[in-house]
Amino acid sequence: MVHPRAGLTDRTDLSMAKSAAKPSTKAASSPKAKSGITRLATDIGGTFTDIVLEQGDRRFTTKVLTTPHAPEEAVVDGTRIVLKEAGIGFADLDVFVHGTTLATNAVIERKGARTALIATDGFRDVIEIADEGRYDQYDIFIDKPRQLVPRQLRFTVPERIDVMGKVWVELDEAAVVRLAKELKKQKVDAVAVAFIHSYANGKHEERVREILAREVPEIAVTLSCEVCPEMREYERTSTAVANAYVQPLMAGYLGRLKARFAAEGYGKPIHLMTSGGSLATLETAARFPIRLVESGPAGGAILAAHIAAERGEDKVLSFDMGGTTAKICLIHDATPYKARTFEVDRQSRFMKGSGLPVRIPVIEMVEIGAGGGSIARVDTLKRITVGPDSAASVPGPACYGRGGELPTVTDADVAIGKIEPARFAGGAIKLYPEKSDAALDASVGKPLSLSTAMAAHGVAEIVDENMANAARVHSVERGVVVSDHTMVAFGGAAPLHAARLAEKLGIARIVVPADAGVGSAVGFLRAPAAYELVHSRFMRLDRFDLKEANRLLSGMSAEASALARAAAGNRKLTETRTAFMRYAGQGHEIAVALPIRALTDKDMAKMRDSFEAGYRQLFARHIPGAAIEILSWSLLVTTDTARPPMLAKPKSKTGPKPIGTRPVFDAKAGKTLKVPMYDRLAMAPGARIAGPAIVVEAGTSTFVTATFDAEIDGGLGLVLTARKAGKSAAKAEPASKKGK
Amino acid sequence: MSKLSDIELQVMWNRLIAVVEEQAQVLLRTAFSPIVREAGDLSAGVFDREGNMLAQAVTGTPGHVNSMAESVRHFVKAFPVDTMKPGDIYITNDPWMGTGHLNDFVLTTPAFHRGKLVGLFSCTSHLMDIGGIGFGPDGTDVFMEGLYIPLLKLADRGKLNETLMAMIRANTRLPIDTEGDVYSLAACNDVGCERLSEMMEEFGLKDLDVLSRHIMSRSKAAVLEAVAALPQGKWSNTMTVDGYDEPVTLSCTVEVTRKGIHVDFTGTGPASKRGINVPLAYTTAYTVFGLACIVGKDIPNNAGSLAPLTVSAPENSIVNALKPKPVASRHIIGQMLPDVVFGALRQAIPDRVPAEGTSCLWNLNVRGQTEDAGLGNYGFTMAVTSNGGTGARPMKDGLSATAYPSGVKGTPVEIAESITPLIFWRKEFREDSGGAGRTRGGLGQVIEVGSRIGKPFDLLAAYDRIDHPPRGRDGGRDGAAGAVALKSGKKLKGKGFQLIPPDDRLVVMTPGGAGIGDPAKRDRAALERDLAEGLVSSKGAKAYGG
Repeated sequence: MVHPRAGLTDRTDLSMAKSAAKPSTKAASSPKAKSGITRLATDIGGTFTDIVLEQGDRRFTTKVLTTPHAPEEAVVDGTRIVLKEAGIGFADLDVFVHGTTLATNAVIERKGARTALIATDGFRDVIEIADEGRYDQYDIFIDKPRQLVPRQLRFTVPERIDVMGKVWVELDEAAVVRLAKELKKQKVDAVAVAFIHSYANGKHEERVREILAREVPEIAVTLSCEVCPEMREYERTSTAVANAYVQPLMAGYLGRLKARFAAEGYGKPIHLMTSGGSLATLETAARFPIRLVESGPAGGAILAAHIAAERGEDKVLSFDMGGTTAKICLIHDATPYKARTFEVDRQSRFMKGSGLPVRIPVIEMVEIGAGGGSIARVDTLKRITVGPDSAASVPGPACYGRGGELPTVTDADVAIGKIEPARFAGGAIKLYPEKSDAALDASVGKPLSLSTAMAAHGVAEIVDENMANAARVHSVERGVVVSDHTMVAFGGAAPLHAARLAEKLGIARIVVPADAGVGSAVGFLRAPAAYELVHSRFMRLDRFDLKEANRLLSGMSAEASALARAAAGNRKLTETRTAFMRYAGQGHEIAVALPIRALTDKDMAKMRDSFEAGYRQLFARHIPGAAIEILSWSLLVTTDTARPPMLAKPKSKTGPKPIGTRPVFDAKAGKTLKVPMYDRLAMAPGARIAGPAIVVEAGTSTFVTATFDAEIDGGLGLVLTARKAGKSAAKAEPASKKGK
Repeated sequence: MSKLSDIELQVMWNRLIAVVEEQAQVLLRTAFSPIVREAGDLSAGVFDREGNMLAQAVTGTPGHVNSMAESVRHFVKAFPVDTMKPGDIYITNDPWMGTGHLNDFVLTTPAFHRGKLVGLFSCTSHLMDIGGIGFGPDGTDVFMEGLYIPLLKLADRGKLNETLMAMIRANTRLPIDTEGDVYSLAACNDVGCERLSEMMEEFGLKDLDVLSRHIMSRSKAAVLEAVAALPQGKWSNTMTVDGYDEPVTLSCTVEVTRKGIHVDFTGTGPASKRGINVPLAYTTAYTVFGLACIVGKDIPNNAGSLAPLTVSAPENSIVNALKPKPVASRHIIGQMLPDVVFGALRQAIPDRVPAEGTSCLWNLNVRGQTEDAGLGNYGFTMAVTSNGGTGARPMKDGLSATAYPSGVKGTPVEIAESITPLIFWRKEFREDSGGAGRTRGGLGQVIEVGSRIGKPFDLLAAYDRIDHPPRGRDGGRDGAAGAVALKSGKKLKGKGFQLIPPDDRLVVMTPGGAGIGDPAKRDRAALERDLAEGLVSSKGAKAYGG
């Protein structure tokens, strides 16, 4: 539980509340270089706004409480604090990167604009008919997602375009004019226009925008063919609706933020962190604000990618565990995996299909209800279950003594002994371990006739297994073997569970970075400026329309380059082109890289080869001779993220003396062991200790299991390395090896 | 590994569920059949050496899952596990050994760990065409309904049975898709086998015996505990549906005892001359699914949890049709069975049971010529999946245009138009179709579709609840009856082959769910909202009085 990432991800985490009410500031370790550009990153979360200022090698960070009525207030106040600390002013800033959870919260709390939908005649209910499915097969009492646009504001007009982009029914412009009057009468603030097959031909949607601009210029308009030019009417319409819903609010907020910063003397552009892990200009963000959802977690993934790059790690699993959820993301060659769809506001406990789909470029993560605050119970099968619901900030884990009576993962960690109560959250929160014990006994121990310690062990074991399963399914879906990855663990609860999770996944190396408390905002400063477009255009490989493909790609290239250039300044831009291909008749595609030039006849055979190789990797066998088709094309224009220089490897030396020992329950041994406890700040680069051990710091504790050793590396990361079997250097009293 | 702790067993159980979920995802991602890839008409599961189902993927549809559970037992009987070798794959589409009609292929693959057969993976998906008269109810025996594959070896120690593959290719209108789907089914079992072996390596398991016993006994005990919380007794119910050419009576008696729940279908009408008959395995699948929704929704599905829920039906009744009765559209009747059972259960536990709904899928099973030939298939064949409204629930309205009890989702219009030369002109809610009540039934939808290429196309209609709409209860009104017609006005039959002329359109109006309770007692704010949203018209509001 503990704090650190009070960003978007840990909205419910209260543990830093006391210390954060008074902003705290701290300078990073090496104050030597004062030169270099000065960069500011801010991340607005539900509870806290995180501020990071980097000036050369110096880093200043603070957390202030978010000001929901006018979020820019907290941003400006927090910025003042770090600027003062650094001894500079707004005018001295070279770069400002901003991320926010406002768009997500507006959807979750249904506080967006009064929004209307204009659809093709006959298709008024696309968003509510959705996929006609039930996200929970056996639950006859499910609720469908609440709609952002009530049915009375869902309108249709005569027009129809077919799958090839051919017009069957011309747009009835008079009907649009009449509708404009109705929208005005209905006091609508924003409109989404989503016609059938508009990804193939956006002419009618564009014409509607022209007419609305003339008739009702005060209404903001989102076109589905711009925000999501992809096939499948439900996902495209849902994306357009969500964008329209948050657009007036976000445009207003971003405008005010810009004005406030300008008034303070900041004259340079403001960049926004997107869910895809790249930066967009404030103007682009104001047009497509839906691309800002999940910017906080994206920042965390970017940080993990950077941590990996500094250490020459090519395959990384980032593990971010906060108060409510755990997020797991795959990062290869310092680049997080990307996805093209995401669900906002899942109705039911993180279940797939229970949210509103938005089809945008996102850093692909699996998020499950497994955090420090997740509640443990025993179900009808006498199985221990953990989460997905969380004790949140009110009442919080039982050990907080704030009225929580249900045991949480944090309570289990306390009962096992992994958390030193006196040092929890840097001593900011008083813990009551006896309340953990009582809650565990009542909810888990008694029904299963287990001791308190075994009950706590069971809870920790199940939450770790849940996360391991999520990681496994996620990686295997992508044809990735997870055991050869390095884990980067951050977020308040992650370091407590990272080693056990790694054991379960067969992972031999873990990095717990320094200063993970403001990880997302730090990540913002590592993100490239980029723009990515995805466009559906159906084409078979054996009857490829070269001219059309090249026309489409060059158009996308021009559009993405212009938007990326705006955010990139004069930095060099690189383009990536991808075709999403499948066997003709299948429903899911595989990404195949394309050359960055006009395609020629010779490229067809190469595309087939790349596709079949990718297919075999994912699904064991390919299908000889089957026809292949391309459904969508994506084009990314991005600044190069220069790989950071590799960190020098410090000379290993014996670590500092333990600051004490903690009794920790060891389930394998069936008894409590004395485990040494170390102060992380006292560990210099190269300092090495053997597990089992607990390494404490203000934000969290890292639990080093008996199968790992730990060392501080050249970048102040705490690196856990699995010990080869048999070479136990454990300083704890040896556990009697009873085996299973 | 001598003794596994409960916690270790639980971890392994969770892992097993994750393995089959992964198996299902592979099937979903590699399938060719649009009803699988867009609508999820599939299932996947893992079995012990005796053919007991240990775990099944949540992704999938109940009719497949619970019947596939039986089918693996048939495989194991025909091919003793001791004779199975790595690389073997077994196949069938026998309606009485598999999942109830020829369109479903079931593939079973033995899973080996360290050279020893430790279990079996099985999966099934709905293939769009298997020859014969096609996926419609017009056949008068099963032999008219397509290629019949008995329990056979599809691969022998890794070598594909090319003779069988050639027979399959030659007997379908969609050879390309059908062959692709066979590969897809094989691949998903492969992935399951690999993952199981990795898991056993990690946990140091030599076999699944202990884990299997744990899963069965825990699940069975949990279901029994849930059953024990129900009032004991016997309740009966009868429901009449349209049938092919005459109404069909579906009767059941539900008996709740300490040993479980038994459903007997004595009193149900005889088998039909046409393909709406149901093999017992499929009857059992949907009946047990309905029960599980009420008594065990959080209990994972496996042989243990299914064991206390049993079903019987008189031979050659429509719900226990024997070979060679035609069965292609067995889902129409099969998917009605949860409603029949709920009608009995509601006498015992009214607050936990919904009113009658559309229940059977309202697919547009269409077939015809394509604009150009030469893609390797013969014209197009497509099931544009779609649904009506579900019945009102105690305390909640029914769900509009939602699959229940099937898990088969709707097909996106843009996808349907990319696969077929059709153009959809309308797909939206059907006003006033939800049965009025204190809680209202879910709405059906109106779908209107024509040819994009000026050619006629075939409708293989398989609809019900046109003459017998879902019935309201406790004063709630019936849901709207379904309807099928040409745009020009001519009414079409609810079942059987019909031609849609090139210059006309097919109009399908799916039924609405029934209501519960006196409509006059409906919350006025809810009624106002329905009126504002146009789900209920001012005329429709009269049913609510006041």
